[in-house]
Amino acid sequence: MSAETLLTTPLNALHRELGGKMVEFAGYEMPVQYPAGIMAEHLHTRAKAGLFDVSHMGQVKLSGENVAAALETLVPGEIQALKPGRQRYTLFTNEEGGILDDLMVTCFNDHLFLVVNAGCKTQDIEHLRAHLPAGVKLEVMFERALLALQGPAAKDVMGRLGPKGAALTFMGGARVEIGGIWCTVTRSGYTGEDGFEISVEEDKAEALARLLLDQPEVMPIGLGARDSLRLEAGLCLYGHDIDTTTTPIEADLNWAIGKRRREEGGFPGADIILDQLKNGTKRKRVGIRPEGRAPMREHTELTDAAGKPIGEITSGGFGPSVGGPVAMGYVDTALASVGTAITALVRGKPLPAQVASMPFTPHRYHRG
Amino acid sequence: MTRKYTEDHEWLEVSGNVATVGITDYAQQQLGDVVFVELPAVGKQVTKGGDAAVVESVKAASEVYSPAAGEVVEVNADLESAPNTVNDDPHGKGWFFKLKLSNPGELDSLMDEAGYKAFVEGLA
Repeated sequence: MSAETLLTTPLNALHRELGGKMVEFAGYEMPVQYPAGIMAEHLHTRAKAGLFDVSHMGQVKLSGENVAAALETLVPGEIQALKPGRQRYTLFTNEEGGILDDLMVTCFNDHLFLVVNAGCKTQDIEHLRAHLPAGVKLEVMFERALLALQGPAAKDVMGRLGPKGAALTFMGGARVEIGGIWCTVTRSGYTGEDGFEISVEEDKAEALARLLLDQPEVMPIGLGARDSLRLEAGLCLYGHDIDTTTTPIEADLNWAIGKRRREEGGFPGADIILDQLKNGTKRKRVGIRPEGRAPMREHTELTDAAGKPIGEITSGGFGPSVGGPVAMGYVDTALASVGTAITALVRGKPLPAQVASMPFTPHRYHRG
Repeated sequence: MTRKYTEDHEWLEVSGNVATVGITDYAQQQLGDVVFVELPAVGKQVTKGGDAAVVESVKAASEVYSPAAGEVVEVNADLESAPNTVNDDPHGKGWFFKLKLSNPGELDSLMDEAGYKAFVEGLA
């Protein structure tokens, strides 16, 4: 894709002003890092607070009668019991039990607010339009900006600028005025840290970002550190750790299947997914700790001690907070228990690794 | 002693028939924080432009190609425990390996410092 055809977010000029190294991601021109570099940005987020532009993600509003029940026909999450001001992680599944996308759903008084992945958003909208009943109104807000403020000091910044936001607990959402700008704020994120995602109108995004960056705790963070932070937090990246060929059960996302939904089904691929929930799967997503210093990256082949293929790595790299390489991937379920010794073929060389529990760095969510 | 440069952003410095090889400051800046370096085995025969080492940043792994043919006679084992030396001192303590040149004449086609500087400016 040539530079001329790339989409941009409302913060593009600010990224350039801040010295962002711009790369293509999901059709958008996005900063992979700023001059501080991925390592410093990652560590700063875990120590203080980082500001991420995630405006490339898709924001959608669903409203109308029985909208929660309607959405439940496409996802295995418990949406109907979601109270106003509460948020949930869920998945669009297909008839084969595969994952079309993962998403966040926040319930507000008169609508559901969805955030979907940038790379899937066009097909997600087509999917929603094709399957939701005529009574459900779908408002696509792709032009709207989304900022993430993440890290232990995020609450201090929010407390200063938008106290109503700081009163939220993990997976809560509200309309919040931040420095005079009305935003939709949720206490969630993709780093394993406490923090907020802030949805704001396109024409107010830069003013809001500048206000947040003016706070002494906050530094801008690119997509590179976003990836290393979520990997250490054990969180899936769509298109890598989960996709249409992986089921939620194989991906170890059993917790995302609502209790009532386990009994009732009624979502695409329910027969397959609920059977796997009961009887297990042949393979499972696990954390992997390489024993040496060499990072084990996506598509690295995994074998057992005898050299028999058992799976592959789907995300892997260096964890700056861990201080060493970390990875996740799929292995035969027989070898999926924590502590199992496995072998990874890195550039043809067999290197030792272990199945490890995730997250690699403890989650520090504010559960109230 | 003369320093030569390749279009793949390696440098080499020749002393007698042995060349010390590293990556340039431009290369380390492009890579970002180096977190792992895989060095060749001493005694390995490398070809000009062939794979010789691997350097990894947080984000990605990159090959380091040998700027000339020869035999690896020494490696900078310090990089295994302190890979960030490649960022801190790419043209000095961050060297990768030493090569006994099998055909010193190959070096004639490489760039000198001024030539490399112009090459990098052309990439901007």
